[in-house]
Amino acid sequence: MTYFPEEVVEHIFDFLGSHRDRNAVSTVCKAWYHVERLSRLNVFVGNCYAIRPERVMARFPGMKSLSVKGKPHFADYNLVPYDWGGFALPWIKAAVRRSPGLEDLRLKRMVVTDDDLDLLARSFPNFRSLVLVSCEGFSTDGLAAIATYCRGLRELDLQENEVEDHGRQWLSCFHESCTSLVSLNFACLKGEVNAGVLERLVARCPNLRSLKLNRAVSVESLNEIVARAPYLVDLGTGSFAVLDCIGDKGLAVVASTCKELQELRVFPSDIYGAGATSVTEEGLVAISSGCPKLNSLLYFCYQMTNAALITVAKNCPHFTRFRLCILDPWKPDPVTNQPLDEGFGAIVRSCKNLRRLSLSGLLTDQVFLYIGLYAKCLEMLSIAFAGDSDKGMVYILKGCKNLRKLEIRDCPFGDIALLNDVAKYETMRSLWMSSCDVTLGGCKALAAKMPRLNVEIINESEGTDKLEENISDLHKVEKMYVYRTVAGPRNDAPDFVWTL
Amino acid sequence: MTLTANTDRLLFSATPHSSVEFPARLREMEDVKGSDGLGDTELRLGLPGTSTATRSAKRALPEGDEESHDELRRTSAAKAQVVGWPPIRSYRKNSFPARKAEAEAEAEAEAAAGLYVKVSMDGAPYLRKIDLSVYKGYKELRESLNHMFQCFSLGELSRREGGSGSEYAITYEDKDGDLMLVGDVPWEMFISSCKRLRIMKGYEARGLESRKH
Repeated sequence: MTYFPEEVVEHIFDFLGSHRDRNAVSTVCKAWYHVERLSRLNVFVGNCYAIRPERVMARFPGMKSLSVKGKPHFADYNLVPYDWGGFALPWIKAAVRRSPGLEDLRLKRMVVTDDDLDLLARSFPNFRSLVLVSCEGFSTDGLAAIATYCRGLRELDLQENEVEDHGRQWLSCFHESCTSLVSLNFACLKGEVNAGVLERLVARCPNLRSLKLNRAVSVESLNEIVARAPYLVDLGTGSFAVLDCIGDKGLAVVASTCKELQELRVFPSDIYGAGATSVTEEGLVAISSGCPKLNSLLYFCYQMTNAALITVAKNCPHFTRFRLCILDPWKPDPVTNQPLDEGFGAIVRSCKNLRRLSLSGLLTDQVFLYIGLYAKCLEMLSIAFAGDSDKGMVYILKGCKNLRKLEIRDCPFGDIALLNDVAKYETMRSLWMSSCDVTLGGCKALAAKMPRLNVEIINESEGTDKLEENISDLHKVEKMYVYRTVAGPRNDAPDFVWTL
Repeated sequence: MTLTANTDRLLFSATPHSSVEFPARLREMEDVKGSDGLGDTELRLGLPGTSTATRSAKRALPEGDEESHDELRRTSAAKAQVVGWPPIRSYRKNSFPARKAEAEAEAEAEAAAGLYVKVSMDGAPYLRKIDLSVYKGYKELRESLNHMFQCFSLGELSRREGGSGSEYAITYEDKDGDLMLVGDVPWEMFISSCKRLRIMKGYEARGLESRKH
């Protein structure tokens, strides 16, 4: 390939869709690295602390689209203190300086302030698309800035963010001359928007294809909107989630009618106790036999049996995401009183393309043996209240070659497991362990052996100064977050985060 | 009651368990050893997220609170107190119509009740009362107390008892009537056990600090 002119190589690289493929070709030789970096338009950073923003932008001067992720996934469940980090500002500032041609920005689990949004809105004349997922720190004032200054905005997609309502009629800030909107999603906002303003906005944007409103929009308004936007492809009032009060019978109906169903999420309507109409393993079995195309599942229930899981595994070998949450920790198979090792074992054995798995119920080290043995494509694993010993975790680290994210809470895994194969963590994005048996000494050992990992100890109880003086190495660490990085320890860590 | 796995490596102390909520089937499980490969493990039912005294001190249940914890277990609210479990985003938890009214009523009742405790400061002519539930953590509490007692104080309320320049230390009286140093336990545990606060002179508190170790 060295005798091909650069333009040809670049053209070939254009066919590479994923950033992983582009990352791979950039490691082949210097020439390819050079061509690839100059031609990369879409940049994805899976962990905002893995690399400094300036370095990213220096490497990819042609960057048009940037996607950055911040907090660990368990932040969704309040396990990460709210001021842990994940600030958008350094990324926005760096882009202002080095990539003023930025068009798209996607941020997930990051802290974004109104000032950040204001800076963003004023700095990028070609800005087209802003997607914020599970972010916090901003209000409707920030949205007003985006609406005001981003002429030519095509997409504003707000998914599951914590947005403060300052009562500002941010929607009115879209200029009369703004006709470029293609996608607008403000389902996560709690406040009201002016119906007339919304209707007029929709009416003047002929390219609008996707509109997701919040619950404050009235039915009458919906009618007006639909009338004015005949080319809408996607209209919603927030996420449609199935609540378990439809029961197993309800799921059976879904199974018999929705033959094309690919993704299903069933949430509990009452997390405090099994209601008469919650779902069980029967509902899941029905779905699996009626919906063979099902590849992504999130299922909350009060009980599950091995037999059911084995049946599901047989019926649906195409799962790529399988997340099962039995609401009571350590709950065994109610019929046999056995752990659910065999059931989950069947899932990983059958679903060869499984990329994401969440476990629950009573589980011993055996299930981890199965996962290590069979789940070769697994990239993300979430474990809670499971396992008997360090062996469990070691099976995972040894067997799952493609593991990128491992998050563990309340499991009896300690230093022996943690230190079993320290080089493994450089092949992964991150490891989270909370309420496990790893000690401060173990974490220190890990940090000492692996300088290119940040080993963060999150200590929320007061007296962080005590942490550094008095706490012995035998002290068990409450929360530990380990991630590979070329940026060294971060300089924005709050007092309760200690990078070893 | 606590669910623990007893292996050679991990030592968990046995805690007495009440059998009120212990389903018969699980009791049988204790007798069936070796059939499920768990061998000599001993399993007992417990509240998710709690652990026995041999885990770090911060997570241990104080002995005296066993009974009150039993009571807590029986109320449905207790299950929801385990941080991050079940793994559902908080905005979803409260958006279900069935629970929404209940949750809102609960939140209102809590907010109305507050967690008011008296705060006394050695040498000050009168006491104050504060609502602990409005604070997110120790830092905010200290700042608030500092501000509140500024007019009386001869120095800042120091975090480091016994450190140079410290004049006062913040202590509290817990459920058992013991005088404790503020800051040792997780915030949630503190606000549930704190009955009153006392800002005392630094030199008196030093004795408290050394007594703890």
